[in-house]
Amino acid sequence: MAEFGKPDVVEEEVDILIIGGGMAACGAAYEIGPWVKAAGGDIKVKVVDKAAMDRSGAVAQGLSAINTYIGSEQDPADYARMVSNDLMGITRDDLAYDLGRHVDESVHLFEEWGLPIWKTDENGERHDGSKGLTPLKDGGKPVRSGKWQIMINGESYKWIVAEAAKKALGTDRIQERVFIVKLVNDKNDKNRVAGAVGFSVREHQLFVYKFKACLLVAGGCVNIFRPRSVGEGQGRAWYPVWNAGSTYAMAAEAGAEMTMMENRFVPTRFKDGYGPVGAWFLLFKSQATNGFGEVYMQRNKELLNDYPPYGQAAVPASCLRNHLMLKEMKEGRGPIWMDTVTALGKLRETLSPREVKHLEAEAWEDFLDMCIGQCGIWAGENIEPEKKNSELMPTEPYLLGSHSGCCGIWVSGPEDLGAPTEEKETGIPEHLPSGWNWGYRGMTTVKGLFTAGDGVGASGHKFSSGSHAEGRMAAKAMVKFVMDNKDLKPELDTSVEILIEEIYRPVRNFLEHKDYSTAIDINPNYITPRMLQFRLQKIMDEYVAGVATYYTTNANMLELAEQKLEMLKEDSLKMRAKDLHELLRAWENYHRILTAEAHMKHIQFREESRYPGFYYRMDHNKVDEENWHCFVNSIYDKEAKKWTCFKRAHTDLVDKSKLFK
Amino acid sequence: MPTFVRTEKCDGCKGQDKTACMYICPHDLMMLDKDGSKTGHAMKSYNQEPEQCWECYSCIKICPQQAIEARPYADIVPLGASVQPLRGTDSIMWTIKFRDDKIKPKRFKFPIRTTPEGSIDPYGGKPEADIAKITDPGFFVQVNGYRTGDSSELIKK
Repeated sequence: MAEFGKPDVVEEEVDILIIGGGMAACGAAYEIGPWVKAAGGDIKVKVVDKAAMDRSGAVAQGLSAINTYIGSEQDPADYARMVSNDLMGITRDDLAYDLGRHVDESVHLFEEWGLPIWKTDENGERHDGSKGLTPLKDGGKPVRSGKWQIMINGESYKWIVAEAAKKALGTDRIQERVFIVKLVNDKNDKNRVAGAVGFSVREHQLFVYKFKACLLVAGGCVNIFRPRSVGEGQGRAWYPVWNAGSTYAMAAEAGAEMTMMENRFVPTRFKDGYGPVGAWFLLFKSQATNGFGEVYMQRNKELLNDYPPYGQAAVPASCLRNHLMLKEMKEGRGPIWMDTVTALGKLRETLSPREVKHLEAEAWEDFLDMCIGQCGIWAGENIEPEKKNSELMPTEPYLLGSHSGCCGIWVSGPEDLGAPTEEKETGIPEHLPSGWNWGYRGMTTVKGLFTAGDGVGASGHKFSSGSHAEGRMAAKAMVKFVMDNKDLKPELDTSVEILIEEIYRPVRNFLEHKDYSTAIDINPNYITPRMLQFRLQKIMDEYVAGVATYYTTNANMLELAEQKLEMLKEDSLKMRAKDLHELLRAWENYHRILTAEAHMKHIQFREESRYPGFYYRMDHNKVDEENWHCFVNSIYDKEAKKWTCFKRAHTDLVDKSKLFK
Repeated sequence: MPTFVRTEKCDGCKGQDKTACMYICPHDLMMLDKDGSKTGHAMKSYNQEPEQCWECYSCIKICPQQAIEARPYADIVPLGASVQPLRGTDSIMWTIKFRDDKIKPKRFKFPIRTTPEGSIDPYGGKPEADIAKITDPGFFVQVNGYRTGDSSELIKK
C-alpha cells in the first residue's frame, strides 16, 4: 500500500513524451497525429501536464490579443528584423524567420476552432469576434492594435486550443496532475535523454517514463526575484506564478546547451495589478508621462542615441523604453502615469455615443480577458479610466523566451535559410555542434531532447500563437527523429530506487525530523520551500539587479550572489515537504534556483550592459558591440554542479539596416 | 485578489465526478476539506495558499454553484470592491462593483467562442500528412497562413 514518501511506481515506455500542457504542448499534440499516422502509426505519444490542460500554461487566464500575426501584407523577414531589434541585435534570424512563416497557420486554426477574432468592416468600424465577419484565412481584416498584434475576445483561448489538442491526441494519452521534475540521461550515451520522472500531486505515485524523444515545454520562470508585492499580492505576478523555470533547469541538468540566459524581461505594466499596456499605447493611443505630465519618451529621447543602432529604429527596443522611464523615477520625477483620461477624451471627440460605449467596454475587456486582478485594483481604488489616470511601474524581472525575452535553450534551426554551418568563436566544448542546425528542428544539443515556446532561446516575440506553431514544428521533427532511431532502446542511467530517494528527499526530511520541535515550520533540520524561495528572491533582488537596486549590479555584487546561491543550492537538499502540495513547491523551487544561477552566471560572463532598462552592469555600463555582439551560451555539469559559459558568433541572415531608414 | 469559497454555497461537488475547482486550478491551490479538519467545514473546498493565487479566476468561472469569489489583495487594494463573472457557453458576463458605491457598477458581456463547446473536429476535412514532406517547412495542413516570404531578403542564402 502506497503512502506518503513511499509511492507506487508507474513505469511506462513511449516513443515521444510531451512535458507541459501550454500552447507549445497543445500545438505539438495537434500536429503530431497525422505525421505518426503517415509514418506507419506505431509511434506512441503521451502528454504529461502538472495541471489541467484546459487552463494550464501562460494562457490559462485568457488573452485579449494575439501578439504575433504576420498577415499577408508583411514578410517573415520584417518579423525577424523586429525581433532582433527589440532584443538588442542578438537573436537567431533562422528561428525567428521560420516562426514568422509558420505562425499564421496556427492563428487560422484557432479561428476555425471557435476563437472570436475582432474584425474591421468595410467602413473601418471594428467589431468583436462574434459577428461572423469573413475569417482571416479568407481575407477578413483583423483589428490591428500594433504592427504584429490582433485583438481577440480571448477569455476561452486556452480552453479552445486545449479542446483541439485533447481531441486530436485522445484523453487516454494525456496524464494531468503529474509534475515531471527530472530528465534522465541514457545509460549508453550521456548526451542522450532516455527518460523523465515525476510524481502525482494527487496520489502517492511516481511516474517513470522511457522514450526516444521528448518535448520539454514547461514555460518560463517567475518569482526568482523578490516581487514588488510580498504579502497576499505576491501571487499577482505578471507572468504566471506556476512557471517555475522547470524547462531551463531540467534541460540544463540533462546537459543541454543554454543560450542568452542573461536576458530577462522587465515589463512596464499598470502598477500592482500588472494589467497590459499594449492596447492602451497602440489601440487607444495613450501616452505615458512622468509625475509632471511630461512625456518621458520625448523628454529623454536623446538617451536613445547612446545605444546605436538599436535606439534609432522606428520602435526602440523595449528595454530602452524602460531606460528612458527609469531616468524619471531615479531622478525623483515620479510617479509614472498612463494618461488614460486624455486618450479616451480625444477618441470621444470623433466617435458616436454607441462607439464610445463600445470603447469603454473594450478598455475593460482588455483586462478582464487576461488580467482580471487589474480590474479589482481599479474598482478598489475607484478608478474609471476616462476620469482618473493610472500609475505604471516596471516589474520584477522575468525569464522567458516567448515574450519580449530571449533566454532559453540552443536548438537546431531550419536548414534552408542560409544559417551558419560552422562556428567562428573558439572555446566551445568539443562535444557541442558548430553550426545552427544539426538535423532536427527544435532539438537541443542533447539527442532526443526537443523544446519550443519559452524553451527556445535566442529568438523571442513568439507569444501564444508562435509557441503553438513552434510546438507543431517540433512535433514533426520528433516523428522524424523516432523514424530515424527505430531500433534505439532507451535505458536510464539512474535506477528507480535512486530516483525515488532523490525525489522524495523533502518528504523524508520532514518525516524524520518533524517531532524535533513543537512548531512545524521552525526546525533546524529542514527549511520550508516557502522560506527557501524568499532566500532566493532576496539574493537575486539585492545582488543580481532586482528592483531593490534599480536593476543595477557589478562584478563584486555578483561574486557575493555566487557564494550565497552556492549555499542555497546546498540547502535545497534540506527542503521539507509536509504533503504532496509542498513537494510540488519544493521541486518548483529547486528548478528556480538552477534557473537563477544560470541567469547570474551569464550576467557575470557578459561584461557589458546589453539590455539597458532591464539590467545594468555598472562596471561595464555600455553596449559593447566590438566585444559582445555575440551569443553567450553555457552548459551545466550536474555531477560537478558547475556552469561553463562561452561565446558563440552572431550573424545576420536578414538585412537589419532596413530598420533604420 | 485571492479566491475564497462561500461556505453556504459550496457543496463539495458531491454530485459531480470531481471537485471542479480542484480539477482546474493551474497552481494546485484549491483543496476539498473532506473531513473539515483544515477549515472546520467538512466537504467544502478552500484556497490552501492564497498568497500564491494568480487570480486567474479559473476556479471562479468553473464552479457549478458559483460559490467562489475573489477578494482583492488585502496588502494592496482598499476594501469593498468586487469583480465577478458568470461564464456561459458562448459568452461571459462581468459585474464590477467599486469601493465607492455611488459609482454605478459596470456590467459587460463578451463573447468567448463562436462554436459550441466540445464541437471541435480537429482533423475533419483535413488532408493526411505526406511523409515525403516531413523535413520541409510547413505543416500537414495549410489554411492560407503559410508566408513563403521574399527570398531576396535572405542575404546569406
